[in-house]
Amino acid sequence: MATQRKGIEVSIAMADAVAQANVDVIAAYPITPQTHIVEHLSEIVANGELDAEYVPVESEHSAMSVCCGSSAVGARTFTSTSSQGLALMAEIFYIAASMRLPMVMALANRSLSGPLSIWNDHTDTMMVRDAGWIHIFVENGQECYDNVFCGFRISEDPDIMLPLAINLDGFILTHMIEPVIYEDNETIRKYLPDVRMKNALHPDNPVSMGCFAMPEIYTEAQMSREHGVRNSYPTIVKAWQEWGDLTGRYYKPVETYRADDADYCIVTMGSYGETAMEVVDALREEGEKVGVVKIRLWRPFPFDDFRKAVLGKKSLIVIDRAISFGGPGGPVATELRSALYGKPGAPTIVNYVAGLAGRDVSRNDFKNIILEGKAKAEKGETDGFTLYGLRG
Amino acid sequence: MDKFSVFSSRLVDKSENFTSGHRACQGCAEALAVRHVMKALGRDTIVAMATGCMEIISSPLPLTSWKVPWIHNAFENPSAVISRCESGMKAMMRKGKIPQKKINFVAMGGDGATADIGMGPLSGALERGHDMVYVCYDNEAYMNTGVQRSSSTPWGASTMTTPGASWKRTQKKNIVEIMAAHRIPYTATANIAFPEDLERKLRKARSIRSGLRFIHLFASCPTGWGFAPADAIKISRMAVLSRAFPLYEVEEGERYTINSGGDAPVYDYLRMQNRFRRLSDGDIAMIQEHVNREWERLNRKARG
Ligand SMILES: Cc1ncc(C[n+]2csc(CCOP(=O)(O)OP(=O)(O)O)c2C)c(N)n1
Ligand code: SF4
Ligand SMILES: [Mg+2]
Repeated sequence: MATQRKGIEVSIAMADAVAQANVDVIAAYPITPQTHIVEHLSEIVANGELDAEYVPVESEHSAMSVCCGSSAVGARTFTSTSSQGLALMAEIFYIAASMRLPMVMALANRSLSGPLSIWNDHTDTMMVRDAGWIHIFVENGQECYDNVFCGFRISEDPDIMLPLAINLDGFILTHMIEPVIYEDNETIRKYLPDVRMKNALHPDNPVSMGCFAMPEIYTEAQMSREHGVRNSYPTIVKAWQEWGDLTGRYYKPVETYRADDADYCIVTMGSYGETAMEVVDALREEGEKVGVVKIRLWRPFPFDDFRKAVLGKKSLIVIDRAISFGGPGGPVATELRSALYGKPGAPTIVNYVAGLAGRDVSRNDFKNIILEGKAKAEKGETDGFTLYGLRG
Repeated sequence: MDKFSVFSSRLVDKSENFTSGHRACQGCAEALAVRHVMKALGRDTIVAMATGCMEIISSPLPLTSWKVPWIHNAFENPSAVISRCESGMKAMMRKGKIPQKKINFVAMGGDGATADIGMGPLSGALERGHDMVYVCYDNEAYMNTGVQRSSSTPWGASTMTTPGASWKRTQKKNIVEIMAAHRIPYTATANIAFPEDLERKLRKARSIRSGLRFIHLFASCPTGWGFAPADAIKISRMAVLSRAFPLYEVEEGERYTINSGGDAPVYDYLRMQNRFRRLSDGDIAMIQEHVNREWERLNRKARG
């Protein structure tokens, strides 16, 4: 097995992975910070490295519509967007999941207008949290690359047939040059063979897709979606396990760092995990019993893994990258509170919303958040949320 | 004329790809039009349909009227959906993932789906030059949501959003000219009252294998226009004979051929329908002038 280690921009590595996955159709509309992914893909298609159709659509709404069309005929389909683009395609984003159309999206997370901002946070992805897609959060370039293959494998699994979004932090990941290990095509073929979708649109086997539902059947249709998303969990775990067996890089729905004996854990999603681990190392040296819990699988939410990781701890300090205006806290903290409600040994939760629209959260800020959060937890101040670093 | 249409209907292909049992209103010319379209296109067809009457009446889960592969996704995007059915299939055939086969890729949408909300995606698909047929069935309003005006509603028509005496005071959007301006290989108008012409045009559209071919299909709607279901064809025919909706073809965006004649007064056509009942004779005279002007303009184009 020949692997190759490259110093490369994460967007390019991701596009290379899409090419290695032997995708048939790519449809995307440019939006910062996703642009490098699609630019590189159009180049790969233009120079013949990948035999695929690159569709330069006129809007994101059409990009997602196009993806639905190509997935419906059974073609391996990739798209990528951010922020306003996701908002514009939201209508079709939901429909893709309801029609059980496999595809992979690189969702380069960016804030939503307004005010207009191109920088990173998680407000875009939280908007479509309930659409019925599988959502994975990645932390670095290697995870972006690897999860393209795992993503297609999961999405196209005949037991799953759901679209899947790889959430990667805009700029923090998309524009970063990092070392990434490339697998050879043989390994990829073995892990991700071409599949023939059952019930694809074809005149030899006519099916109707996207029928409307009267009240007598809408509830059942939604329940079948709920089953679909929830029951995808074991297949996702298995796909990651097999990828690990093949490459030595294992992924889990919830990952922890120095958390086993910790009293307090900081909870992150996405690229903040790496900084959190560094800060925890430093705090450990100062005698603080702290650890990190990282949520990698956001939908289906891995309740058991999460509870196993945190029950018995004193408190969790949860960092959110989005606000739910007038609501109980950031979307992640709100979910975690409800996942733990009434469970014996449940830690309390202190919630910070930080790093909105690319506001830098440094190692020092992480340290402040952890120590301040711990103090709040000790005083029982665990309601609502704190907007970290608010000026004025 | 009436006798001739009874005879000509016997010439129509007996096979059905859009079957009976659907839920369209009595006398729905649009459903009849779709049925004829599907006869002309045949089985090796994939249809992507916009939200609207035709979608709702034909696909109540778990039932379907479709004998060909059919997909509904949303209101504004059948052109985008089918464009990628086409490219996805093309890529998979080229890569040997599925066997080669000639397939008609067809998008269908109402006047609202086409001339209003789906204009962007349609124009995008036109510009990209997909091998596909787009059928816009035009009943001159948003019928599925209860008869609201669209940009294809004609001057003078009352709808729920141009109510009563506040009838629509802007002209019908000329979708054919917009399509022709994209220089696509084939654009044609058709009308359910002229099924042989309709089927000929669809077969022609089917036989051209590159670029988007556009059919603007006029179909009356008893529910939305206010007339007896039995008059659906008569009224559709009057739209042509009064030149309110002439039949013509445009090749490569410039060669115009007119396929219909008639010089019935537009008065006769309008007075058959409730939606125009508020119009005075003076208003109708203005419509007649407009129709004459448009007819003259069309003839100028056909003369080249
Ligand atoms: C984004 C969006 N906006 C509005 C609607 C509601 N809607 C559904 S069908 C329709 C009108 C359809 O009109 P047309 O395309 O002319 O088809 P018809 O029903 O007249 O055949 C509307 C407004 C929708 N489904 N989606
Ligand atoms: S409202 Fe009009 S177009 Fe819709 S089903 Fe009824 S007759 Fe047909
Ligand atoms: Mg209509």
